[in-house]
Formats: sequence, C-alpha cells, structure tokens
Amino acid sequence: MTVPSPQADQAGRPPLLDIRDLRTHFDTPDGTVRSVDGVSYRLEARETLGIVGESGCGKSVTALSVLRLLPTPPARFAGGEIRFQGTDLLGLSEREMRRIRGNRISMIFQEPMTSLNPVLTVGRQIAEAVTLHQKIGRRQAWQRAVEMLRLVQIADPERRAGEYPHQMSGGMRQRVMIALALACHPDLLIADEPTTALDVTIQAQILELLRDLQAKLGMGIVMITHDLGVVAECCDRVVVMYAGRKVEEASVADLFERPLHPYTRALMASMPSLQGRGGRLAEIPGMVPAPQELGTGCAFAPRCPLATERCRRETPDFTGAATGHGVACFEAAPARHQPVVLHRHAGARP
Amino acid sequence: MTMTSPAPASAAPAATERHARRSARRRRWMRKHPPLILGAVLLVLVAGLSLAAPWIATHDPQALDPLARLAPPSAAHPFGTDALGRDLFSRVMWGGRASLVVGLTVAVLATSAGVLLGLAAGFVRRADGLVMRLMDGLMAIPDILLAIALMAVTRASLTTVIVAITVPQVPRVVRLVRSLALSLREQQYVEAARALGTRLPVILWRHVLPNMVTPLVVQATFIAATAMLTEALLSFLGVGLPPQIPSWGTMMADGRNFVAVAFHAVLFPGLFLAATVLSVNLVGDGLRDALDPRLSRQL
Repeated sequence: MTVPSPQADQAGRPPLLDIRDLRTHFDTPDGTVRSVDGVSYRLEARETLGIVGESGCGKSVTALSVLRLLPTPPARFAGGEIRFQGTDLLGLSEREMRRIRGNRISMIFQEPMTSLNPVLTVGRQIAEAVTLHQKIGRRQAWQRAVEMLRLVQIADPERRAGEYPHQMSGGMRQRVMIALALACHPDLLIADEPTTALDVTIQAQILELLRDLQAKLGMGIVMITHDLGVVAECCDRVVVMYAGRKVEEASVADLFERPLHPYTRALMASMPSLQGRGGRLAEIPGMVPAPQELGTGCAFAPRCPLATERCRRETPDFTGAATGHGVACFEAAPARHQPVVLHRHAGARP
Repeated sequence: MTMTSPAPASAAPAATERHARRSARRRRWMRKHPPLILGAVLLVLVAGLSLAAPWIATHDPQALDPLARLAPPSAAHPFGTDALGRDLFSRVMWGGRASLVVGLTVAVLATSAGVLLGLAAGFVRRADGLVMRLMDGLMAIPDILLAIALMAVTRASLTTVIVAITVPQVPRVVRLVRSLALSLREQQYVEAARALGTRLPVILWRHVLPNMVTPLVVQATFIAATAMLTEALLSFLGVGLPPQIPSWGTMMADGRNFVAVAFHAVLFPGLFLAATVLSVNLVGDGLRDALDPRLSRQL
C-alpha cells in the first residue's frame, strides 16, 4: 500500500478534502463543549481514510461539520477550515451548501433501519435524491434509481425499487442507503459507522461493495468507525482520534505494525485475535472524559499507563506528520516499541 | 365472458385471479375492523339521507302549518311536527346538511391551520415560543365559551359558526403536530434527506407530513365529531346557525319546551345527532386501529 505524502499534489490540484485545525464547539448551558478541538486531515480522490476512536471522541461531529449538518446554535465553528476541492465549506452560504450535499459530498449513516423514510418506496427515495440535483424527468430518475439498485447489487432491482423499506432486510436497506448516497455520483462519501448495525457476514459484504463502488466511481471515502477490523479491511490511511483531537495518523500498514500512541496500542490490545487463547480481552480503564471536563495536559493521561507528570501538565503537539506517521504523545518515541502494559481485568485498577 | 381472441383469454384468468385475491384480502381486512365498517355504514347512511333531502323530504322544512302543531308521528308526518307545525321528518333530513358541512369544514380547516402552525413551531426555533404561547392562551379558555364569545361579536351565519368552532380546535392539532414534528425531525431519514441537500419545505412535505398522516386523520375525525356537537350546542343556545338554516340543535331547542307533550320533537333530531357523532367517532377509532403502522403491514 502506498502512502500518499501530504504534499502529493502532482497535478497542482488541491486535495479532495483538506481539514485544517477544525474546532467545532457546542455552547451549552453548562459551558462550552469542545467536541472537535484542532483536528486536521486530508484526503485525496480514490483514497479511503479511516477515522477511529471510542464513542464521543468527535469522529461524527467532524463528519457532520464537513456537511455543515450541525444545528448552529448550539454548534459553533470556533476555528479552522474545511477545504473541499479547494473551496472552504465553512464560508459557503446555506444555499451553496445544499448544492454540495448529496451531489458532491454524500453521507451514509449507521442505522439502515431508520435512515429510510418508511412511507416512500425505495425507488422513489432514490429518484428524488437524483432530481434534487439534476434536471431530469421522473421516468429517467426512476430508471436511474433502478440502475443504482443494480449497482449496489440488489437482485431484481426493477421489482425492489417499488418496495418499501420495511420489506427489506437490514443489509439490503444499507445497500439502498448507499445507492441513495451515490445516486448523484459524489466525489466524497462520508460513511458514519456504515456496518455497525449489521451482522458480521453482512458487514463484510457491505465493505466489499463500498470498495467495488469506489473502484468504479472513484470517490474518496471517509470511513468513521470504532472497529479496527473495518479499518484494516478497507482503509488506506487512518486517523485515530481521542477527546476531540487527532492523536495518531498513519497508513494502515504502519499503524498496525507499529502503533505509536498508547491509546492506539490499547485499542489494538482490546481487539480479539485469532492467535490469542480465550480469556478476557484487555480493556482500557476509565472512560473518554466528557469534553467539558477536559483540563490541561494530554486528554488520555488519566487512562494512560505511560503517563508522566509532563503528560498531565502540557498537551502534546502532533509531530511527525511529514513522515506520514504522526503522533501526539510525549512518550511515543518510535524506538521504544514495547507492548503497553494494560490493566488486565482482574488486576488492580487505578 | 365472450372470447374474442386467444390473447385476452389467456390474460383474463390471471386478472380474475388477481382480482379475487385482492377482494379476498379486502374482505379479511373488513372483518378485522368491525367498528370502522359500522361507523362508515352509519355515516354514509346519514350523509346519503342529508344529500337526498330535497327528494325525500315530504314537506318544505320551513312551511308552517298552524293546524297541525306538535302532531305526533303519523303517515303524513313520520316524525310528527314541531310547535309551529313544521314537518319534523323534512327538517331532520335537511338538518343533517348543516351538521355534516360544519363537521367536515371544521375538521379540514382546523387540521390545516394546525399543521401549518405546528410544523412552524416544531421546525422553526424562533416561531416555537410565540406559536405555543398563543396556543396555550387559546387552550386556557373553555372551547364553548370561546365559541360563544366569537359568535357574540359576529353576525350569525354558517361561516361565522364554522370559524367560531374551528378556532378553539386549532391548538389541539398544533400540539399534536408539534410533538410529532419534534420526534420526526430527529429521525435519521430526515437527517439523511438533509445530507442529500433537500430543502426544508421539501423535507416537510415529503418526509415529515406523510409520516404524520395517520394520527392527523384520526384527530380530524374526532374534531369533526366535536364540531357537530358544538354546532348543535351553539344552535341550542341560540347563538348558532341563523333560524333559516335547519339544524338539529335548533330543533331540539325549539322542542325542549314541549318535551312533556311532544317528546318526538326532541327525540328525532337528538337520535340523528347521536347517531352521526357516534358514526364519526367509530370511524375515527377504527381508523386508528386500521392505520396503526404496527398492524398495517399487510395493507
């Protein structure tokens, strides 16, 4: 797998998606919640970028920020920019933004059960998505819907297009969602945990379908997930997020070979492996701190087995981005490649 | 069936079979919802009689006959006559029109107004407070009092009665629509529609409204029933329809002084009013069961 270096603009074209120092904050009665606090990443066309992290670490908020789907207020863009093919999305009007949503950037959601309107046939929903952005007739739009259903490998698409979501299984509905999202052939697809609600065999099918479609349509994919298995399966590069910040970024191969951040290593240790024998999986003690409770220092320090005084005092900068494998940690010297000692369940907890 | 050519002959059995299957399904569905069928039959009956009033009425509903005052039911006057000698059968038949027109119009008007205001409250943050406080204010006044007050400041006519009955009903619909809108706006398909670049009006029309049709239809039938009762009540109190429009409420008001001597003058309009309101309520109940999304899968 090749790692596109951050300066890979051979043709002088701007990257597909370039998020720089994005800060999305929420103003709540209890104070400002910094859900996303200085996240940067970029994505080239035909590339798949995985965003990994526990619940509440800001993965989805970042994605929703890209589409500007967060209600403002309470959400507020406190800084940074989101460049899509060179245009700063944060500077666009709502009207211009609507022309991008679904047309050039699309999103698929976690719950295929609730992402489709129960009272409209799936064909109609796809056809309508097409007519939102393209001036084509009803009949053509319907044909396009059938064609999209065929593209996502739904058997007998002519008949299926006339069916309602409740007549379909979860996996099929997720296929319909994908058809819906790709109906206008967007350049960028944001997949927010697209397989979490599906059972394992269907997960693999959906991921393979996404890979196929990416090869056919050539879009960039941002794959938001908390499942490192999904990342290993379909991503080129990975961004690991923790408490609204990027803690590590690397190519998939690099990340799995030498995870630098203690959090990444802990995540990997908590994955079941085929080699390991039984027993309880390692867990990361504690919880992601609520964003309003963040104090100074590294956000992971309270749960980190390697944490030092310095970690609790200062926030580590993100370093090593130029090498293609960056990390935000004082203790993550690449040479020190030792297994992180995790608190096995029975052992002492902090 | 005559066979004209082989081609339609081969298609015909399939068509009849499909037809048979469909009508079997319909019969099964009807058997599952007896209140709905009963209510619908009753309602169609009353509506049919009212619509046919010009043809089935034996007398002019306003024609006075001083010689046959408070006559008991007879062959000439099946429901008897009232204190002014007017034929009650003809009046009751004509009177149904007022009830049905009021019921239907109020239901449609109150629901439409309620949907507009409720969607505004549910989806437009700035409108929410204003609309809901206004509705709270309206709800604080008893319906009948509000209707009477509205009638008191206007001249009696069909339009004013309809408006006076509609206004107190609107807040109910607004509350219902707003609460539905608040839950629907969090639905992922609404979010997904936004992610596809759909404009708010289209989202409301395509994704939100169709998903609240069932509770709205049910609510509308109950409003229709309430409206009919309220119209009768207003007319009974003398602040309803003008006397030249026959109404069951007016008839009962006219007859109430003579209950002891001419029971029929109150009985027949009362029976018809009760039957109509009952039928509408049955339809409403039946629709609620029949349209329940958890049961309607096989529809």
